Amino acid sequence: MSASWLGHQHSQSDSPVHRLPAALKLGVALVIIVATVLAPIQWRAWFIGVALLLVLTAGLSRLPLFFLFRRLLVLSPFVLGVVLVNAFQPAGRDRWLAVAVKSVLCLLTVILVSNTTPFSQILRVLKSIRVPALLITTLALMHRYLFVLMDESERMRRARASRTFTRGRRFHWNTLATVVGQLFIRASERAERIYDAMCARGWK
Amino acid sequence: MHIPDGFIDGKTAAVTAVISAAGVGFALRQVRRELPPRRVPLLGLAAAFLFAAQMVNFPVAGGTSGHLVGGTLVAALLGPSAAVVVVTTVLIVQCFLFQDGGVLALGANVFNMAILNSVIGYVIYRVVCHWLTGIRGRVTAIAFASWCATVLAAICCAGQLAWSGTIPWSVAFPAMATVHMFIGVGEGLISALVFLAVYRARPDLITEMAQTGQPQRLGELVRYGLLVTLGVAVFVAPFACSWPDGLDSVADKFGFSHKMSPLLPAPAPNYLVPGIHWAVGATAVAGAAGSLIVFVLALLMGRWLVPKQTKADI
Repeated sequence: MSASWLGHQHSQSDSPVHRLPAALKLGVALVIIVATVLAPIQWRAWFIGVALLLVLTAGLSRLPLFFLFRRLLVLSPFVLGVVLVNAFQPAGRDRWLAVAVKSVLCLLTVILVSNTTPFSQILRVLKSIRVPALLITTLALMHRYLFVLMDESERMRRARASRTFTRGRRFHWNTLATVVGQLFIRASERAERIYDAMCARGWK
Repeated sequence: MHIPDGFIDGKTAAVTAVISAAGVGFALRQVRRELPPRRVPLLGLAAAFLFAAQMVNFPVAGGTSGHLVGGTLVAALLGPSAAVVVVTTVLIVQCFLFQDGGVLALGANVFNMAILNSVIGYVIYRVVCHWLTGIRGRVTAIAFASWCATVLAAICCAGQLAWSGTIPWSVAFPAMATVHMFIGVGEGLISALVFLAVYRARPDLITEMAQTGQPQRLGELVRYGLLVTLGVAVFVAPFACSWPDGLDSVADKFGFSHKMSPLLPAPAPNYLVPGIHWAVGATAVAGAAGSLIVFVLALLMGRWLVPKQTKADI
């Protein structure tokens, strides 16, 4: 359930964009983001070009439009906050526009790349550019068990909700913290089992 | 506190990326050296745990809710180097998969939330633990350390935004610091409750990890300290040196006195110290007073949460 809410399954579907090599997509995305962030706002042509390219890619990738819109609209409250602060400044109109345009373009780029590239391929690219192996192992394990632990947390939440009747605030926080603490204990016990399983399969 | 792309400019992104890469590289080396192979999968699982734990919403008054951020909690449970690696992993996944925080802003986010938050939190935690022994002391320490680390990370974030020219310091600093002084109270309370929950269910887990994950020598902390100081010196000090004392002279000297007036009314006017009209100075004074109040609150909370007879030393 949690996985579908995050829309993560889209990276597994198929389209011309999905079939492009991951290194190419990541490289182009990085160039777009760096250039967009560094570009002065007068470079209208650049921003429009990037926007057109992104719209074209979105069309080719066959990602549901509604999904993309929702992802864009759930900008962090941070973006909205800063945009609001800048909008109320007398001289800040240009800067406000620049910040808004730049963050939306970068956000759309990352949304497109991450939803058309499986995470394992991203990790392979990271490995080929010599990111430390320990960091890659950690990233791979985190990605693998992220949804497992989120489901576990959801199960514990449901179990707790079906067993507690009083809902005093202090008590409630205490119960929630117990759930989180239990989640940590289960995660560390699972880590022990994973280590044993990894060793049994010949991990050095 | 996740900074999106477009909010920090090229120079800030470059400087934060270099400092963060150095910090994470150092943390990875420390982890490889100190952590037994048995614990390596725990890093990934702890990162997954942190992500899942951040999804648990704690109800706050008025229908709003908050959640754990957890850098300090992980640092207290696993040690500072492991915490830097774990939180960095969480930030990378949040950035690439869930678009929470920008790609170019990753360096800034890693510095604020992974390095600064974990290391400062850990140092404060150890110092308070040194004074107050027993589980009660640990609960107090973790609550206070989480609060301090949250507020400092927010101030550093404000400094980066101001240095990029996105938001003026006179708006960013009071807003970020004041809001996070309240958020930090929740963070401290949640961290302490979770720590206590782990301790009550599996005290052996905490003892075992305290022996393996913690830095054995002072050198590690000193190097982290240098890195954090460097970052704070770059992001915050240029603004901080114009705090109340020398403010007027500095403002006149550089001719920007008209720029320094607060552009927004303070978010919580009753929190300002009367007599100081300047939002930045008032926030700084309020912050100093706030940290004292929070420490006393953390002490009281430790007494309230942990009854006297369970003062077993760990």
